[in-house]
Amino acid sequence: MTATVTPTSTSASPARTSAAGTRRSGSKGRPSTIIVTAVLVVVALYFLIPVYWVVVAATKSTEDLFSTNGFWFAPTVALWDNLAQVLSYDNGIFIRWFLNSVLYAGIGALLATYFAAAGGYALAKYEFRGRNLVFGTILGGVLVPGTATALPLFLLFSQLGLANTYWSVLLPSLVSPFGLFLCRIYSQATVDTSLIEAARLDGAGELRIFHTIGLRVLTPALVTVFLFQLVGIWNNYFLPLVMLSDSGLYPITLGLNNWLSQVDRLPEFYELTTGGVLLSIIPLSIAMVVLQRFWRGGLTEGSVK
Amino acid sequence: MTATSPTARTGQVASAQPSARPGKRGDRTGAASRAPWLLLAPFLALFILTFVLPIFVAVGSSFTKVTRSGLFGEAGVKSEFAGFSNYAQALADGSFVASIGRMLLFGVVQVPVMIVLCTVLALMLESASAKWPGFFRAAYFLPYGVPGVIATILWSFLYVPGLSPLFDVAALVGLTPDFLGANTVLWSIANIVTWSYTGYNMLIIVAQLKAIPGELYEAAKVDGASTWRVALSIQLPLIRPALVLTTVFSIIGTLQLFAEAQVLKTVAPTIDSQYTPNLSAYTTAFAYNDYNVAAAQAVLIAVAAFVLSFAFLKFTNRKSS
Repeated sequence: MTATVTPTSTSASPARTSAAGTRRSGSKGRPSTIIVTAVLVVVALYFLIPVYWVVVAATKSTEDLFSTNGFWFAPTVALWDNLAQVLSYDNGIFIRWFLNSVLYAGIGALLATYFAAAGGYALAKYEFRGRNLVFGTILGGVLVPGTATALPLFLLFSQLGLANTYWSVLLPSLVSPFGLFLCRIYSQATVDTSLIEAARLDGAGELRIFHTIGLRVLTPALVTVFLFQLVGIWNNYFLPLVMLSDSGLYPITLGLNNWLSQVDRLPEFYELTTGGVLLSIIPLSIAMVVLQRFWRGGLTEGSVK
Repeated sequence: MTATSPTARTGQVASAQPSARPGKRGDRTGAASRAPWLLLAPFLALFILTFVLPIFVAVGSSFTKVTRSGLFGEAGVKSEFAGFSNYAQALADGSFVASIGRMLLFGVVQVPVMIVLCTVLALMLESASAKWPGFFRAAYFLPYGVPGVIATILWSFLYVPGLSPLFDVAALVGLTPDFLGANTVLWSIANIVTWSYTGYNMLIIVAQLKAIPGELYEAAKVDGASTWRVALSIQLPLIRPALVLTTVFSIIGTLQLFAEAQVLKTVAPTIDSQYTPNLSAYTTAFAYNDYNVAAAQAVLIAVAAFVLSFAFLKFTNRKSS
């Protein structure tokens, strides 16, 4: 909590010290650079320390976890033992959870992006009766909290016999009202109507025009929508918690919480949980850092009308 | 298509020449009028199944009372209209009302802190004074890739005495913090939420800052405006849409809070099964098996989120005009 207070109090100082010329001109060695960078470093520590801690904790045996300093490595490194235990426990259930998450998030995000693109393109590029009603309804869906629909969805899916199946988590993941909203804005701004007309004169069908011209022009927005949805599904907890009772169908979030809830009785679950947490945050953390520029690019273009 | 062809065929109206054109274009408009619905069909079908129907189911069952006769309902289940009795029961439940109050307190403190923090970070990263902005942006955004449950597990290890090195650090300055006490655990949750979402919100604001045309900065430079002045008079007004967006999403997120409280419950005995509104609805549904009251609670949470975000949007609109 301390880190959250510091930037507000110190941010006034660069303003006082720096003159008009500071912006967009190299200002190495100025006092403002030192102060701003110092603040940024402190805030970075706040964001990175928990991740650093879990890296350290995953290298320790259960005894060392409680007896040695949490911010430094123990003399004996038990990382490989721990990870081997995580991967082999209960016939490799962790790998199964991981693959389930990949399935839910990968397929869900891919299809959701395609559906949102088709819908957003249709709402932007065609005049038809009921267009505003459809768009208004979907926009309302952006404001409906995901957890508000999860409970009634469970009731609905149990009547349909879908509860506790892959479909119960996958089907709701295929819909992204926010994605459709972004795709509509982006279609309006970038898909050239005269290009569509030209394709029509050449005799191309409407669906073919969307697949060849629409999807290609929309690609930057599609990357953003895909990433939003991927992270959204990967991080989702409430929906699978409500829907699934068979631990073989769990995504990684549900599985790790299952392990955590057993640490009171069996301390070795500390090792399993810290090792599992480490393994589970590696892929998405790398993806976040590598794909960061795509987030930025897509969002900027989406916000410029 | 059916509407245009009769007039084209009968052609009683004086102008015969324009009637030929709509007739020819009829096939085109036919295909073109089907196309948007074809494109929308998969999205709409899933949207109706997973958004519209559940909302109807929720509203419907919140007004229904189910009475079972026999121990397992084997003697028949009777559903009848219950009026507002489920809502009355939900609102008469002191713990549920208290959980909404708790989330309001949480939101009043955590949302402004996070929005101010991410705005300041975005402005600092976009100022020329920042070194290695790419590295810092990545570092701040990284927690967004950590699921809320995992983030909570991580922080819960840092909150537990004996396991957490934070207590050793605090002892150096003579403090004995209690992160999981009755009065502090709410702010420990606030810390997890801030940790998770600040970087994400910051990135939205950075995106909007990058969209500000460079000429504005040039003009401000010519006028001799200070960095502080540029931030106040150019950057803050122009990133308003991003600020409104992130605030509305944060308000909705606050009322939905679930995973953090539910996971932290395993190490913090002061968190009860009705700590947040969603946890309350979950408990009502799956521990007490009272789906109708749970549906009423879910509807109340959604309405509260909607009213709050709507009120905030109205408030910001009035302020700008």
